[in-house]
Amino acid sequence: MAEKIDITDEMRAVIGVESAPWIYEVTTTSVRAFARGVGYTDPVYFDVEAAQAAGYRSLPCPPTYLGTAVFIPGKSSDTFSGPLGSGPSLKMDLPNLLDGGTETEYFEDICAGDTLTVTSKTADLTVREGRSTGQMLIVTSEMTCTNQDGKVVAKQRAQALFY
Amino acid sequence: MPLDWNSFNEGDALPELKKAPGVTELVKYSAGGGDFNPLHHDFNFPQSKMIGSIIIHGRFKYASLGELVSNWLDHGGRIRLLSCQYRGMDLPGNEITLGGTVKRKWEEGGEKLAEVELHATNAEGKNTTPGSAIVVFA
Repeated sequence: MAEKIDITDEMRAVIGVESAPWIYEVTTTSVRAFARGVGYTDPVYFDVEAAQAAGYRSLPCPPTYLGTAVFIPGKSSDTFSGPLGSGPSLKMDLPNLLDGGTETEYFEDICAGDTLTVTSKTADLTVREGRSTGQMLIVTSEMTCTNQDGKVVAKQRAQALFY
Repeated sequence: MPLDWNSFNEGDALPELKKAPGVTELVKYSAGGGDFNPLHHDFNFPQSKMIGSIIIHGRFKYASLGELVSNWLDHGGRIRLLSCQYRGMDLPGNEITLGGTVKRKWEEGGEKLAEVELHATNAEGKNTTPGSAIVVFA
């Protein structure tokens, strides 16, 4: 547990720096795996015919699912599956991580067959006193998802708490 | 039946969704969502030991609030914005009640919109995951 967390100039320097783009795939199998993991029973997330009858091109992404990052050993996080060097990578020597909050803004439907190009950046760094954790470093990150037609389809802001 | 914007009012409650995910359900979510943080499946992970248990992914609760809204809409509208904050930990096997209330209905720029307050309440009645959604109807 950290006594006192200092946000150094070096840490601050990453704020606003956009990551290299990474591909996230949306496939019928990946949509089903996510929908199954959440516990959906709605056939629209499992059966392509049901999805098309409901007005979608193919299986739509369930809310909060923004595709599956292409996994490449050595380039991807073994733990979180996203590309290394994006997301909450400002770990310093704080061993513990909790999720603080998530906000997703949607601009277009995202369906199986879409390929998303995703960039992310650290939007903000703050320090807060946790109830039982001591000081926590709060990393706010923002990811932008652009589809194969060049349209920004979603933006997601997330807060990670390190302590 | 797809939800019609004219069929609900401010103050209406969304049909509740109850879940008590066990370890197996958390493993399924890890596989589907790609989050293999041991805090959600390994009781021997140092942070799990510190907490005294593995915990349910915040993102599982977030996705479940999305499921609640999706079930309510039944594809009659689309989610424009969905957010939540993780204010308390939930442990596997414990029941969570997901619910929501329509806070506001309005028309703007030719769109029919609604704002919904969301919550995930534990067995003690504490809202561990307050959230909100803005939904849009064609």
